[in-house]
Amino acid sequence: MVTIETPRSPRTRKSANREKWAWLFMRASGVVLIVLIFGHLFVNLFLGEGIKAIDFAFVAGKWANPFWQVWDTLMLWLALIHGTNGMRTLVNDYSEREGIRKFLNASLWTVCILLIVLGTLVTTTFDPCPDTSVVDALPQFCK
Amino acid sequence: MPTKPTGTLYRGKTGMWSWVLHRITGVAIFFFLLVHTLDTALVRLDPAAYNEVIATYKTPIIGLAELGLVAAILFHALNGVRIILIDFWRKGTKYQNLMFWIVIGLAILIFAGFAPRHLANVFSHLPVGK
Repeated sequence: MVTIETPRSPRTRKSANREKWAWLFMRASGVVLIVLIFGHLFVNLFLGEGIKAIDFAFVAGKWANPFWQVWDTLMLWLALIHGTNGMRTLVNDYSEREGIRKFLNASLWTVCILLIVLGTLVTTTFDPCPDTSVVDALPQFCK
Repeated sequence: MPTKPTGTLYRGKTGMWSWVLHRITGVAIFFFLLVHTLDTALVRLDPAAYNEVIATYKTPIIGLAELGLVAAILFHALNGVRIILIDFWRKGTKYQNLMFWIVIGLAILIFAGFAPRHLANVFSHLPVGK
């Protein structure tokens, strides 16, 4: 529990801007994510056969184009940081014990970084025509 | 008629409910994002394994859950715009209640355009022992 001794004293500037940057990031990334995610949903769930058309060949077809590689990588980074920071807000609001609060926030950022690294490795080192015994799963242009 | 204070700060109006919904939809989307990053990572491991896992997304139950996901995203995205307008637009706070209903209306409109098409995709050709 934080007690503020003199609530009306002028605020100190010391590192006061970190929360402001987080606040600003939520709004800026939110606007970009609207474009990225609505575009993602439109192409993957609305066009053609929607969810029924999604398989390895579909993803390979998209990521053979650098445009979608950049799109999806940017979406991955922004969505994970936006989501993790949102969860941090909830943790800060609802956790009552300082130790648990710190543990939860540390876990959130650990997962966030791991998934960003994993996802970025996947989108940047992706091979649309890998060696596989299941040749049927590959897109047409590999055959 | 004034009612007795009930010892809570929650006001029970659109301002509060939009805030509650924003949190609930945000958490739901966050956990889906974790799963979705992992399932997509399978494309790097094995095409057949990816196809097997992504097939669950095409089943009726998960297909219906996807409607819920899209509804959550629609609300969270549009209400996010409302929040930005409240923060940056001079008249934002004045119109926050109206904007809440515009958010709900737009979300329902877009959802109505998406849902029939998605349901048709999910239920049109169920896998019949391929």
